[in-house]
Amino acid sequence: MNHVLEVRAVSKSFGANHAVRDVSLNVERGELFALLGPSGCGKTTVLRMIAGFETPDRGDVLLDGKQIAQLKPYERNVSTVFQNYALFPHLTARQNIEFGLRHKGNAIGDLAARTQKVLELVQMLGKEERFPARLSGGEKQRIALARSLAIEPDLLLLDEPLSALDPKLRKRVRGELKDLQRRVGITFIIVTHDQEEAMAMADRVALMNKGILEQMGTPEAIYLRPKTRFVASFLGSVNWRGEYGVRPEVVRISPTAPRNGARSHRAQIHSSLFLGNCFHVEARLEDGTALTAEIPRQDQTYLPGENVHVWWHPDDEIHLPAAS
Amino acid sequence: MNQLRTWFLAPARLLTFGFFLAPLAIVVLYSFLTRGTYGGQGAPFTLENYTRLADPLYLEILVKSFWIAILSTAICLVMGFPLALFIARSGPQWRGTWINLVMLPFWTNFLVRTYAWMFLLRDTGLINTAFQGLGLISQPLPLLYNDGAVILGLVYGYLPFMVLPIFSTLERQDPFLLEAAADLGATPWQTLWRVTVPMAKPGILAGSVLVFIPCLGAYLTPDLMGGGKSIMIGNVVQQQFTSSRDWPFGAALSLVLTALVMVLLWFIMRRGGKELI
Repeated sequence: MNHVLEVRAVSKSFGANHAVRDVSLNVERGELFALLGPSGCGKTTVLRMIAGFETPDRGDVLLDGKQIAQLKPYERNVSTVFQNYALFPHLTARQNIEFGLRHKGNAIGDLAARTQKVLELVQMLGKEERFPARLSGGEKQRIALARSLAIEPDLLLLDEPLSALDPKLRKRVRGELKDLQRRVGITFIIVTHDQEEAMAMADRVALMNKGILEQMGTPEAIYLRPKTRFVASFLGSVNWRGEYGVRPEVVRISPTAPRNGARSHRAQIHSSLFLGNCFHVEARLEDGTALTAEIPRQDQTYLPGENVHVWWHPDDEIHLPAAS
Repeated sequence: MNQLRTWFLAPARLLTFGFFLAPLAIVVLYSFLTRGTYGGQGAPFTLENYTRLADPLYLEILVKSFWIAILSTAICLVMGFPLALFIARSGPQWRGTWINLVMLPFWTNFLVRTYAWMFLLRDTGLINTAFQGLGLISQPLPLLYNDGAVILGLVYGYLPFMVLPIFSTLERQDPFLLEAAADLGATPWQTLWRVTVPMAKPGILAGSVLVFIPCLGAYLTPDLMGGGKSIMIGNVVQQQFTSSRDWPFGAALSLVLTALVMVLLWFIMRRGGKELI
């Protein structure tokens, strides 16, 4: 069994608020795992129980097969990169990194060499004598990462690692983080509310909602084969049509009815927006329902009021009952 | 714009000049005058008031005053830091209550509160009477009129000045830093010494200065609770202006004390009190 982490049926309440209910998940060694969900879904509480800042009311947390749910944060070989980075303001970047090495990294040997190595890893050599107040947001994050990586944790937890960065930086850091994770080979668990971020970075994703784990799997698996309507809608838009739904990107539009076994409906164009990489088209079907389509820009352009046929392959339909 | 600034600053300038610089100038002037036969002061100008300070008697009192002030400040710090930490870590709904309790003594006159201590500590006071009544002691304990009583009085009087600045720095500390420390392997005790205390340094420095300076110049507490046996430099200054009727010497003494405090403050600020300014 190669699970570095196993969370077994954990629950946690804060007063009357059931933050996490009966959540089980497992994380494989060396993977980048994402805990995804809207704010207040309990993902951060799960992360905090793995880190040791919260103790589960019920359930087990196993690290390398050993029960850790009751251990203090300083007794488990797990490290967290906080959302606000939580760098010690009275210590320099180097001293911040050495802080963990003095306490948790006792098996790691030469302090200076180890610090040098992680500084190099996050490309912060030359800025190690600065105080956090003199570092940019991105630099603070690198130091926070270096500080956690230095103690060589079995598990590195990242709480919304990209949310404090400006949008332009986000995509770049996304790639860098994934690249870094591959190079160091340490298991990363990322908490995020951004489904695009989770899908782009993670090997596997666990999607939570209202304290419950909705689905766990590879990004492709949960996107293409969602188990609930919540999962389908959270990972992308869906046109729900009774018992099934179709994603806008599988809908096609043509002036005449297709003859390829596709499901086809007469419709009228309501609006058409050019988004650069595609057209965002709102159409009204004969039965009065609205349908959104994203069509490639190579396709013919359509004007509002135009009568067309909308169609899709039945294989692309997501069949899920409405009452979930 | 510039004229507006002048007008707005005028009251502050007037206050600084009228209530600080002008009196100080008078003190400086007096310190170089000669004492009159029946009090009062006049010509000729002299340095004698300063040379008299070399008398081992005054040096001894000065050194003792420093000791008492340092000890009182240290006790205030040892007692005040945990209290400030406790208040800062208690829930927001309780914080206000604790802070008000710390400030509560200020609602009563300091003199009255000092007398209250004397009633507790004197030979026929509450503590000695109670202990004797219980048969624990046969002779009253010497609780009042000694150095210990003075230090107790000073610590009691100035503890809030230590608690409040430390509390205000602790209150602003990011709670995530404590989690980060634990996450990096530090036990709560290690976190206290390596994160909480170093980050509270500005408050600790401010509190220490706020306690040390009034303790050094104190005269009411040593006068009442020291009972003339435990005399501090403040009492010597006071005596020059009252019973000794030697204003020029009193002025010289207080100026030397002021100068010593200023040198000390300058030293503290240069050594690591950048946060204070």
